[in-house]
Amino acid sequence: MSNVDVVVTGLGATTPLGGDVASTWDAMLAGRSGVGHLTQEWAGSLPVRIAAQLAVDPSEVIERVRLRRMDRSEAMAVIAAKEAWADSGLADTDLDRERLAVSFGSGIGGAITLLDQDDILEQHGPRRVSPHTVPMLMPNGPAAHIGLELQARAGVRAMASACATGAEAVALGLDLIRLGRADVVVAGSTEAVIHQLPIAGFASMRAMSTRNDEPERASRPWDKGRDGFVLGEGAGALILERADHAIARGATIYARLAGAGVTSDGYDIVQPDPECRGGIRAMRMAIEDAGLTGSDIHHVNAHATSTPVGDMGEIKGIRAAIGSHPILTSTKSMTGHLLGAAGALESIAAILALRDGIIPPTINLDDPDERLDLEVAAHKARSADIQAAMNNSFGFGGHNVALVFTRA
Amino acid sequence: MATRAEITSGLGEILEEVAGVNPDDVAEEKSFTDDLDVDSLSMVEVVVAAEEKFGVKIPDNEVQNLKTVGDAVNYIEANH
Repeated sequence: MSNVDVVVTGLGATTPLGGDVASTWDAMLAGRSGVGHLTQEWAGSLPVRIAAQLAVDPSEVIERVRLRRMDRSEAMAVIAAKEAWADSGLADTDLDRERLAVSFGSGIGGAITLLDQDDILEQHGPRRVSPHTVPMLMPNGPAAHIGLELQARAGVRAMASACATGAEAVALGLDLIRLGRADVVVAGSTEAVIHQLPIAGFASMRAMSTRNDEPERASRPWDKGRDGFVLGEGAGALILERADHAIARGATIYARLAGAGVTSDGYDIVQPDPECRGGIRAMRMAIEDAGLTGSDIHHVNAHATSTPVGDMGEIKGIRAAIGSHPILTSTKSMTGHLLGAAGALESIAAILALRDGIIPPTINLDDPDERLDLEVAAHKARSADIQAAMNNSFGFGGHNVALVFTRA
Repeated sequence: MATRAEITSGLGEILEEVAGVNPDDVAEEKSFTDDLDVDSLSMVEVVVAAEEKFGVKIPDNEVQNLKTVGDAVNYIEANH
């Protein structure tokens, strides 16, 4: 436990369900799927021809010349961060930029830029490769663009822990404020890899759903018919702020970021530990860090990606670390799996569930796996009095991150 | 052979595409960096696009001499 309280004072997102937090949250509560057919020419030959693409393309938000110097993941990051920043009200303050840090990651980085520029190299030669290529594909690009946009000078940190990236970037933000390195941190993550090579790679691992005829029903965490994850894209950003700083300026506080747990499996490069031992340790660590016990956690926005093994391991883990009482959901049933951005978006969903007392649904849970012995907000959003909520994120490489948010 | 006006106008199109410069602002006396706000990476794009458009080769050691739109027009006119 730390004696420095950290709160969330701003949220931003661009997702398959909406171009901002409000539209995304409304769509989640309505149980809408953001998954659709891939109509791009390259998709025709792939075994997977569905994905959850952005509801609002960055070209509708960012000016054309600026956009051509940014990878899609960078553009999304800037869109989400700007919304969060405006939401926090910090733009109207004289915040010392040497006390503003960025902790923002991506699971894969500027893959679309890399692949597009490789096409240009092969077809037209090296001279035609864009001089913007390197800053567009570097994995710290999204964090750096946000730092530039907001003039953050307390360090720009770029997290990379696959599908745990978003949550781990938030955990790092918590550390930075507790350690006194910054008063405010823009934390979150972005992912934009809806492209034939990443899809082919995940499909070769047999990790993705091939329910190509029913895109809206393809992402079905905990359902017997689940056959893999559905790739999504987007970004989520949270403004983390030292509590006394936020209170002194009269900020609207969404929630308290009360604790974080970060562990690693040492088990396999991609397979989740079926016993979820690292996940259990991360959850317990986060709960203890928050000064709580398992019985205090009322809601978990689970990692549950709709894969046969991972979904059930996490159930065991939640039961062991928290108990049988929390109400779960997997918003990935609607958004698809945003990979590195998942933890940021799902933290936002957990925070809003906490604030509004309503848990967004897990759609498509028509025929639950019999090993699912915990309560899920299936099909429809459910009202609940939540005092503390957890977000879990696990990633290839054996990364496990749990975050605990409590009422402001 | 393109005329000077055609080259200037062609450069204007390139500058609009890669750097968002208003083509009406493009004139021979304008400096790429000081007047048109074209940074060094964008200048590389302008040069590559101009090479294609006008069928010229603009070596890197020549680019540093192209301070103004007029300098570029002179070079292209003399070499294409």
